[in-house]
Amino acid sequence: MTERSLAEIKKQNGTIHLSERAWGYLFAGPAFILVGLIALAPITAALWLSLRQQLPIFGIDAFVGFQNYLQLFEDDRFWAACRTTLYFTVLSVSAELLLGFGFALLLSRLSDGGGGGLRWAHVMIILPWAIPTVVSAQIWAWLYQPDYGLLNYLLYAAGITEGRIDWLGDPDWAIHAAVVMDVWKTTPFAALLLLAGLKTVPQELYAAARVDGAGTWEQFRRITLPLLMPVVLIVLVFRTMDAVRVFDAVFVLTGGGPGNSTETLSIYAYKTLFQTLQFGYGSALATAMFVLAALLSLLYVLLLRRHVQESA
Amino acid sequence: MAEVRIEQLEKRIGPKTILPPLTLTVHDGEFFVLVGPSGCGKSTLLSLLAGLDQPTAGRILFDGNDVTDLEPRERDVALVFQSYALYPHMTVRENMAFPLSVVPRAKRLERPRIEEEVQRVAGFLGLSALLDRRPRELSGGQRQRVALGRALIRKPRLFLLDEPLSNLDAQLRASMRAELLRLHKELKVTTIYVTHDQTEAMTLGDRLAALNQGRVQQIGRPHDIYAAPANLFVAGFMGYPPMNLLSARLKNDSIQAGPWHLTKPPEAPTVSQEQTVTVGLRPEDVVVGPANGLDDEGVVCGIVRLTEPSGPTLWVTVELNDLNSEAFTIIGTAQAGFVPKIEDRVEVSALQATLHLFDPMTGLRLGAS
Repeated sequence: MTERSLAEIKKQNGTIHLSERAWGYLFAGPAFILVGLIALAPITAALWLSLRQQLPIFGIDAFVGFQNYLQLFEDDRFWAACRTTLYFTVLSVSAELLLGFGFALLLSRLSDGGGGGLRWAHVMIILPWAIPTVVSAQIWAWLYQPDYGLLNYLLYAAGITEGRIDWLGDPDWAIHAAVVMDVWKTTPFAALLLLAGLKTVPQELYAAARVDGAGTWEQFRRITLPLLMPVVLIVLVFRTMDAVRVFDAVFVLTGGGPGNSTETLSIYAYKTLFQTLQFGYGSALATAMFVLAALLSLLYVLLLRRHVQESA
Repeated sequence: MAEVRIEQLEKRIGPKTILPPLTLTVHDGEFFVLVGPSGCGKSTLLSLLAGLDQPTAGRILFDGNDVTDLEPRERDVALVFQSYALYPHMTVRENMAFPLSVVPRAKRLERPRIEEEVQRVAGFLGLSALLDRRPRELSGGQRQRVALGRALIRKPRLFLLDEPLSNLDAQLRASMRAELLRLHKELKVTTIYVTHDQTEAMTLGDRLAALNQGRVQQIGRPHDIYAAPANLFVAGFMGYPPMNLLSARLKNDSIQAGPWHLTKPPEAPTVSQEQTVTVGLRPEDVVVGPANGLDDEGVVCGIVRLTEPSGPTLWVTVELNDLNSEAFTIIGTAQAGFVPKIEDRVEVSALQATLHLFDPMTGLRLGAS
């Protein structure tokens, strides 16, 4: 297509005549180049690196083909990281979606009432999302602190726990502590997207449903939920992509420990690449993560497309 | 089916009165039309009847039972919205089945029975071929029928229609009017129909109530209202083109409206001499003919300002001028075969006209007829 259109360049009366398509490519060119430089080039470089064994400190740099990937399949630590990542993703994304939906419905009710507290509620809800992850992770690290942390103090004062719980030091608690922090931080994002979605549902549909005899639950199940499905899927896509790549939240809280119990794929890749400097193998890990995220989002996109087609 | 009684029903939001106290009875099985300009409170009244909105004061009774505090679902009322409010994500079948499918499980019909009902109503409305479409794949008229179907499927006690035809083109509107009348004749459900279009009100209603600023101006059969509007608002609102309303003075046996002498009808109410009245003349009673120069009794000259052909009749707006009074315009009908042009000099007469007399201060009709 491009060749054909570009071949249509003709010189007439000293001015250059390009087809509309050719002009289009010309104007889009800078954007293409920018995307190529900042996205495609690094991805290609990482893919190339993942086919090599590169250990700069030993001066090793050789092409090894798919050997790094074969090694991945036998690497228990890789599979553990996969499991941790998926566990973290499923737990945090579903909690964020449910809580986000709850907040969105609450905020939507508030704004229907026209209450003056609405703006205040908006600000309060968006605040956790506005704080940089590293900062909020550090805040939570202090809350979780076993000896002086607020969480243990409150639980003890309320008589719920006897002794201190080492939230981040106990392998069973640590990943959940990270999930809670992530949910706290990113529920606002889900809530705001869903709130925007709720606002697009015409109020008249609810009036019609009420007259038709639908109660609150039926209205939610038959009207709100199906009409919000595209937004729900978009929330899922965004949140899943983020959760699969989670790094800073977990790294600041636990650094992947205790043991490797909270080590997600990105933490494992980071450690392999930058702490042990195995550039080849680390790149293979990063590629695996990329593939996982791509597969998940492909799944969502297919779901979304089917849904859009159904309702179109 | 139900008789609907509205007693001193009132709606205020804060200090603002949306609907001043209103009392009204709609008979069982009647097609009742609420007509009035936008903002007259008719849609509010409909919301109150459907139970979507709560009144500030007053009662609503269906067949003598107080339903004022009941939820919409407990009232057994169906409402057709101006925008139809079809559920966009559902097919026509699902839309129409919706009222039946949200009934509490204990009272809900079996699936096959619901499907039967959908088929029955769809057949009735000519929607059988469209059951698997979604609202956006339908034309305006089809959507309208789906909205009707969704309202009818439950066999409601009361059928409320909020300007259901206003989004349709003129041709379709006329045929849907006929359809609505047919439906009503067959189903005999008490129907309250809200519109701002007086033509709809005149053609559809068994009875109608003209509303202005939340107050009932007149209730009656369309013909009675047309023949004897109770006040200046109804006179000006009902009928197209609107009634000519002229300021006039009573003199002996005639009525002097600007340059125009109108014969005072014998049945006219006795009002004191020299009293100022507002006289109303239906445009179809005013005849516009060519100027022949003769100074006939009850005939006045004027200049054509606007002509408006409408089927067999040609409405002519004429500006009447008098040396000692300000100019005013009057709408009349062109004599058969006479086609005046703008700026033409014409003669206007109203020899056979029914004169409607109103008190200009109160706006009320003078006399019984």
